[in-house]
Amino acid sequence: MSDLFDVAITVNGILYEREVEPRLLLSDFLRHDLGLTGTHVGCEHGVCGACTILFDGDPVRSCLMFAVQAQGHEVLTVEGLGAIDDLHPIQEAFWEAHGLQCGFCTPGFLTTLVPFLEENPDPSEEEIRDAISGNLCRCTGYKHIVDAVKLAAEKMRA
Amino acid sequence: MKPPPFEYYAPTTVEEAVAHLAEHGYDAKPLAGGQSLIPMMNFRLAQPAILVDLNNIAELSFIRPEDDGGLSIGAMTRHQMVEKDAQVVERAPLINETMPKIATSQIRSRGTFGGSLAHADPSAELVAVSVALDGNFKVVGPQGERWVPANEFFLGLFTSVLEPEELLVEINLPPFPERTGWSLMEIARRPHDFCLIGVVAVLTLDEKDQCQQAKLVYLSAGDGPVEAHQAAELLKGQALTAEAIQAAAETAASADIDPSSDIHATAEFRRHLANVLARRALGEALERAISNTQ
Repeated sequence: MSDLFDVAITVNGILYEREVEPRLLLSDFLRHDLGLTGTHVGCEHGVCGACTILFDGDPVRSCLMFAVQAQGHEVLTVEGLGAIDDLHPIQEAFWEAHGLQCGFCTPGFLTTLVPFLEENPDPSEEEIRDAISGNLCRCTGYKHIVDAVKLAAEKMRA
Repeated sequence: MKPPPFEYYAPTTVEEAVAHLAEHGYDAKPLAGGQSLIPMMNFRLAQPAILVDLNNIAELSFIRPEDDGGLSIGAMTRHQMVEKDAQVVERAPLINETMPKIATSQIRSRGTFGGSLAHADPSAELVAVSVALDGNFKVVGPQGERWVPANEFFLGLFTSVLEPEELLVEINLPPFPERTGWSLMEIARRPHDFCLIGVVAVLTLDEKDQCQQAKLVYLSAGDGPVEAHQAAELLKGQALTAEAIQAAAETAASADIDPSSDIHATAEFRRHLANVLARRALGEALERAISNTQ
């Protein structure tokens, strides 16, 4: 085993201090070291988008970063997006428009969409489809997801 | 899967990074945005003993306008930053048009301009675009720096002239000539996926609106970026009629490239696409060149 590194990483507003092996992926750090299992791990090579988190506000694949690289940075996972009785408007919209079936891909869609809808408050369908092209869903065929994004945009504009 | 163990260094200067690479040679790999290297490590296709992480080297992230009208981009500048930069729109419109076509937003927020080039993937848009734009690459090693033109930088599949102890630190793009138009076209099964084949066209017109210079560079058509020299030669000095463009596209697809077959497409289909895309890209480049002369 290689040397351990001390890291201090802010996740969902809470500062976590841990020791990590350099090879520990950020996705596994979130799930195994912090118990934040809302971030899902699908393909582990940057294709499926299930592990998308916000890193200093930008959507990134947490399976394509090492936890040691997040030292001193801020991470937002789906757990930090809203609470069960106080959902984020994007979460509300996915619920109301049936934007999910099994839910495996959903955390990645939600985190991808936060900065997208903040920067594009009234996106076209084409822009929406482009924005979610890095997230794979094997249940819905995307129709309901696109509807959910449109509804989310409406809610966020209101 | 998970990457195998490695030793990890996170230098904050180029000098320090090069010293680590010089000490460890082929055992060490520089880690840029990690959007290609980390998947390869997760699959254990790459198992570097030592990673030299460049992400804390602030001096490698910049977009700098040059006095000659050109632009310099630091190797660790993230795709997303290049994509949104106003100077890139003005001085390197082809780069601006290329950025949103690279992978997905989640990759572009982390992936870097220089990382994509140093990785030398023949299907990477920036590899072909940098050749089409006559880019120059600044490389730093223990013995100092050297400049390598883009068309001499790429040696083959995932292979460049970079020695194990060298770093690509900066990319210089010369000023975009007047009366010049450009186009990047690619065909992929799914948007943002690796393309089956793609082509970059850059056309410069002379005062009589004839072709002064043409560049046609293919991606995903061989082991590196493939310049269609014969097609470009056909266009030089010619009036860019539909027939001239058609003839150049056919020459490019039949004589300049030698695509291979795989599970995604046959070589024959790639040649067909190469012809169609070249015709369309040259047409779009011509339209833009004309509108840039008015």
